[in-house]
Amino acid sequence: MADVNRGNRPLSPHLTIYRPQLTSATSILVRITGIAALAMSFFVVWWLLAAATSETAFNFIDSLMRSWLGDLVMFGATWAIFYHMLGRLRHVIWDLGYCVDVNISEKLGIGMLVLATVLSFITAIAV
Amino acid sequence: MVQLTLPKNSRITTGKTWPKPEGATNVRKFQIYRWNPDDGQNPRVDTYFVDMDSCGPMVLDALIKIKNEIDPTLTFRRSCREGICGSCAMNIDGINTLACIYGMDEIKGDVKIYPLPHMPVVKDLIPDLTHFYAQHASIMPWLETKTNRPAKEWKQSIEDRKKLDGLYECVMCASCSTSCPSYWWNGDRYLGPAALLHAYRWIIDSRDEATGERLDELEDPFKLYRCHTIMNCAKTCPKGLNPAKAIAEIKKMMVERAV
Repeated sequence: MADVNRGNRPLSPHLTIYRPQLTSATSILVRITGIAALAMSFFVVWWLLAAATSETAFNFIDSLMRSWLGDLVMFGATWAIFYHMLGRLRHVIWDLGYCVDVNISEKLGIGMLVLATVLSFITAIAV
Repeated sequence: MVQLTLPKNSRITTGKTWPKPEGATNVRKFQIYRWNPDDGQNPRVDTYFVDMDSCGPMVLDALIKIKNEIDPTLTFRRSCREGICGSCAMNIDGINTLACIYGMDEIKGDVKIYPLPHMPVVKDLIPDLTHFYAQHASIMPWLETKTNRPAKEWKQSIEDRKKLDGLYECVMCASCSTSCPSYWWNGDRYLGPAALLHAYRWIIDSRDEATGERLDELEDPFKLYRCHTIMNCAKTCPKGLNPAKAIAEIKKMMVERAV
């Protein structure tokens, strides 16, 4: 019976039907912020390289980075770096065997979101 | 590998809407995944209406009522109806759980029921668990001993027995493994939370004498280390167990024996 039409069995739906959880959402966000921070680092490297190349090259990227859009993106990148760092810190705690519990992890997740936001604003005001 | 979309033969189409029960005042809408291996069609979602005044409180009660009174072709596994056999695990209202112990009062709005996620479907709500069971068998879910058999029994202190609490209760319903995104993308090689929880159950059993071999077996980038502590497993376990903790303990033992 169980061998009925084995070759054409459909795959049951997954991402589209599984309700996002606080734990899974904060987890995937660690990866997304990591990739976003890497992408932003290219702009920073471009900025530094341009400064060592020529004045016109520097002026172009400098005006881009200092525009309101550049400020906004860099603020986002700051948030991403802080969030990613806190997320990795949570992994260190987990790997030491502590806090591997749904309730505590959810609280840590909220803590990461709040703390990353606070740290980003402090950075934005300080810089 | 990560494949976010469903293969062509798995895309869900709109299904049939079954008639409402006559004269019922307290009606609830059910949307249930259907796939028939014999008709060559894609999966679909059928809509049923159940009279809640004459229905038991659990999701399984409603499924049985639909099968008895509306559509006898609706197919699902069930047996004990009290959360100990693990047969009726399915995706209800976006999370994996046992239909027999999940109350409909816990669900807001329509009741949406799918088979366990990212599994080959045998029919309707029945996933093919062959690979899942094979993974469980691969971790040697039995007592391995080397010393001579004692005259009466393998004894264990009360403290050592306590280490098995929170592990032995697993009923192998597959809710945790099929809730895990890592298992969705790498289920062919990653053992998944259920098998790893069972692996840990035997690793820390004071009577077992194959701890080293068990850890050797798991020392693999995929089998164990695809766990990224996403914790969907612990969140969804209908028995309230914590596979994530068991996996973290195995990872810790790997480090401890290396240093």
